[in-house]
Amino acid sequence: MNFDLTDERQMLQDGLRRYLADAYNAGARKSIDEAEVGFSEDIWNSLADMGVIGALFSEEEGGFSGEGFDIALVFEEMGRVGAQDPLIDTAVLGGGLISILGNGGQKDLVEAIITGSQHLAFAHGEPTSRFDLSNVSTTAKQSDEMYVLNGRKAVVVNAPSSSHIIISARTSGDTTDTSGISLFLVKSDADGVTRRSYPLVGGGHAAEVTLSDVAVQKDALLGVEGEAFDAISAVNAKATLAICAEALGLMESIKTLTNEYLKTRKQFGVPIGKFQALQHRLADVLIEIEQARSAVINLAGHLDAEASVRDVHVSATKNLIGLTARLVAEEGIQMHGGIGMTMEYDLGHLAKRLTMIDHRFGDTDYHMERFIELAVA
Amino acid sequence: MDLNYTEAELTFRDEVRAFIKAKLPNHLVDRSKQGKSLTKEDFEEWHAILNAQGWLAPNWPKEFGGKAWNAVERHIFEDEMTKANAPRVVPFGLSMLGPVLQAFGTKEQQDYYLPRILNGDDWWCQGYSEPGAGSDLASVRTSAVREGDFFIVNGQKTWTTLGQYANKIFCLVRTSKESKPQKGISFLLIDMDTPGIEVRPIVLIDGTPEVNEVFFDNVKVPVRNLVGEENKGWTYAKYLLTHERTNIAGVGFANAGLENLKRIARLEQSSGKPLIANPYFASRIARVEMDLMAMSTTNLRVVSSAAAGHAPGAESSMLKIKGTVIRQEINALTRTAVGPYAMPFASEALEEGSNVEPVGPNYAAPATAQYLNNRKLSIFGGSNEIQRGIITKAILEL
Repeated sequence: MNFDLTDERQMLQDGLRRYLADAYNAGARKSIDEAEVGFSEDIWNSLADMGVIGALFSEEEGGFSGEGFDIALVFEEMGRVGAQDPLIDTAVLGGGLISILGNGGQKDLVEAIITGSQHLAFAHGEPTSRFDLSNVSTTAKQSDEMYVLNGRKAVVVNAPSSSHIIISARTSGDTTDTSGISLFLVKSDADGVTRRSYPLVGGGHAAEVTLSDVAVQKDALLGVEGEAFDAISAVNAKATLAICAEALGLMESIKTLTNEYLKTRKQFGVPIGKFQALQHRLADVLIEIEQARSAVINLAGHLDAEASVRDVHVSATKNLIGLTARLVAEEGIQMHGGIGMTMEYDLGHLAKRLTMIDHRFGDTDYHMERFIELAVA
Repeated sequence: MDLNYTEAELTFRDEVRAFIKAKLPNHLVDRSKQGKSLTKEDFEEWHAILNAQGWLAPNWPKEFGGKAWNAVERHIFEDEMTKANAPRVVPFGLSMLGPVLQAFGTKEQQDYYLPRILNGDDWWCQGYSEPGAGSDLASVRTSAVREGDFFIVNGQKTWTTLGQYANKIFCLVRTSKESKPQKGISFLLIDMDTPGIEVRPIVLIDGTPEVNEVFFDNVKVPVRNLVGEENKGWTYAKYLLTHERTNIAGVGFANAGLENLKRIARLEQSSGKPLIANPYFASRIARVEMDLMAMSTTNLRVVSSAAAGHAPGAESSMLKIKGTVIRQEINALTRTAVGPYAMPFASEALEEGSNVEPVGPNYAAPATAQYLNNRKLSIFGGSNEIQRGIITKAILEL
């Protein structure tokens, strides 16, 4: 048993933490929020140069490692500064799907992702599918040497900046069948693809993607027709780990800000941290964050286990992170008082980004239900 | 013990309902249901309708144009209004300053200001909190120094709600530093047009500029604008806060929010069923509904006791805590209910008069903004920590 980072990971963590603390300085957030794409191209390129994107892929895939602990490490650091770079969308989901399913030519995209020159989005969720991974009503019908796609994809994060979108569509079966789902790598500006773009509460941008008679060549198919579900589950597990680790970083920073505030904010002639009512609440926050850290480690350590084991940890971790995130965001704001509710102070962005994490890859109720199915019932 | 309203109370309730049906404009209800912010004109329109009925300041004594309703009548009125999604009455002039002037103002101040509040000539805002004086309100530092017939005011107020619409501000200012902090505070009425005043918006985490900072740089205020006696302002401030605490439980808001939540949970699909049929989510709705049922009765117990002449003390602290926690839970469940469509930042679609189509279903657009905005409920008007402190001291005597 050893919970220490390897030397390589320690170096990556140190370098990344130093870089991000500098890149996300006080003035950076405003210019990032005002940028058209919702993140900074400069920071993105630096992350690529530092090997941060490569750390999310195995050597076989063209990266450096790509294990659960690498993903957890990178995303915790991103979370600490409230970074809103689309690493999950471009690398974990987009790059991940192509690595698993892509053929030789398609895999060239992974190299472009690792070097920072390519952005991707995964258009899977639909307006009424909520968090069900197998709920796909977008259709892909074969005609001659083409597939023709029709449907609507909801809240496709990073679609506005992506040159290509991976679209899930049903080639056979009923709306919620796991079999019959296929993936297509489609150019964002293809005929029939429309993107309605908008900013997100937690930072970054997304789009509603409408597909009307989008005709793609057969070579746009990723993997085998109708058999994409297992790959979708696998990248979803990886992305869940990433977002949970990000939540952990956000929670650590909120705790630190709140701790500092309790030491410096004076009311009734003393720092408010002298009041035991607040001391004990921050102690509870600390305990729950340590639980969250253990949950993230559990998932990171089981990411490559067989699906049935992996998914127990996916649900256990995401449920616990969801509950803890709400506690930490709400207590952070409450213990700050009014200042915690302002856009100008860092806490606001961190708390919002943390709160929104329960709205991606399944919320606490979804994972409670799933955990009961997989591990309890 | 009788949990039912009396005949007279029921008649009164029907009268309120009939008024709402006849006079509450649909466009204001729609805007409130869609979670859109109201403009100054919206509030003024509704105030004028209520004023024409004589119901704008029903808690005021009759001699000042009120109805002198008792606590039960006020409760019925507020309950029906919130259930009907009527705009809230802006409280600063009507519920806060009005009662202070009636109790402590000069005849001249009463004759001048009170009719102007009713007629909508003045929009008041509240100059209480400062950057260093939040929960610890008695530590206000904005100073007022007497020079002849004027006070010269210097300092800064903050969290001034809807100050951008106001032409007047009532302020707690420091007129003496000699004894304990509570004893050197005065209550001043200040015209926002006076040279030296600057209002700067504070943008909150939901993206709205609802509150402001107000800066005072050598602002000349006539001595006749002092309310009551110099250095006795803390007494008036506390008096005002007890009036601020009417309807503190927010039962009507909670009921309206719960109805909206259930409507959304019936429309949202989860695993091929309506979300409301999901036992995990349904049990969380049930939990908050049961809490609300009990809290409504706690509220009525306090209201009846107040109607019988007992001034609510620490009981209102209990109602504030329970009421805000319930409303915040309803907001959190509503955010959860809309799933991924909680993520789009929809501030444009929520602006009044906006034609921007929301990204997801109409009901989803305001969910996150309202959740974030209502984190304020447990912070303002005496944070829930301060309320617990009041209960600890006043009831538990610890």
